[in-house]
Amino acid sequence: MLLKQKMLAVGMAVGLLIFIIETVRRRRLREEYAWLWVLIGVVILVLSLWQGLLRAITSLLGIELPINTVFFFGLMLVVFINLHFSVKISQLTDQVKRLTQELALKKEDPPERS
Amino acid sequence: MTEKPKEKVLVLIPVYNESRSIRNLVAEVKNLYPEMDILVIDDGSRDGAADEARRGGARVVNHAFNLGDGAARQTGFLYALRHDYDYVIHLDGDGQHSPREISLFLNALRRDEADLIVGSRFLGRYTYQLPRMKKIGMKLFSLICSFALRRRITDPTSGFRGMNRRAMEIYTHGYYPQHFPDADVIISSHFRGLRITEIPVTVGATQSNNLHQGGTVIYYIYKMLLSTFVSSLRFSRDKPNP
Repeated sequence: MLLKQKMLAVGMAVGLLIFIIETVRRRRLREEYAWLWVLIGVVILVLSLWQGLLRAITSLLGIELPINTVFFFGLMLVVFINLHFSVKISQLTDQVKRLTQELALKKEDPPERS
Repeated sequence: MTEKPKEKVLVLIPVYNESRSIRNLVAEVKNLYPEMDILVIDDGSRDGAADEARRGGARVVNHAFNLGDGAARQTGFLYALRHDYDYVIHLDGDGQHSPREISLFLNALRRDEADLIVGSRFLGRYTYQLPRMKKIGMKLFSLICSFALRRRITDPTSGFRGMNRRAMEIYTHGYYPQHFPDADVIISSHFRGLRITEIPVTVGATQSNNLHQGGTVIYYIYKMLLSTFVSSLRFSRDKPNP
């Protein structure tokens, strides 16, 4: 991997990690959702800095350029994180449904006497 | 007509923007079956359907916003369980189903013929023109249901159904689809140990199609295929709490 590419990848990973930590510190991102983003940052950082590991994975997977291995892992993790969000959204949808039902039953109207 | 029930029976009508038909429907049910309670679940209507239902003499439970026809029915099942109803009979709020036939469901439930009674327009009759695509879709799901249950199910998309407390418990503790509670309900009910039977009913033309909006035919078929498939895989996880 070229030095320019390495600097770009390290810069992005460090920037991402700083941003995540800052957002969690400000309570704008919950820890339970932050870990996947931290994982992405760490994986990109490790692959960028540990050239031996990157080369080994690159040749193992038959990828031509090492930088593509970094992108590949980044992309796979983004797919995973999106799936995780879909699961969470499904849970939240179920919870909102049940809350709406319970609220509706609590506020049930008496029949109108005519 | 039916003899006076000793049991508590709830007639459940989920509505979404059906102010044109709901008042008359409620009044007709009330007139025919003064001994039964009528509960209208207003699934976030914006056309005053809840007020119309109330004027007709129904109890009304309002969802703060539109959740879906399955969720509306499930709210009704929760209500019925908590208010100790023995049977729930639900029909659509668009005037497709004849309140006169409610007694058929009640009689079948009393005879304990099944836990879930499904009203079938194909065993009975329908007095309107079914679009060809819809008919093919219905046939497809009828075949899937019949295959899963190992016996003939003719009208799995029917919204005219009756059930006992056992079914209500299963539908409120476990899975009940938020939208389109049709064929997958029948299949998952079967796998969860409910007895299902069909009775002939007459279905007329709908005065609206609101409850089934929000999904195209293709989406409906995709959703139903996926959920019927999944229903047959996950039944063991959904056993009701004892």
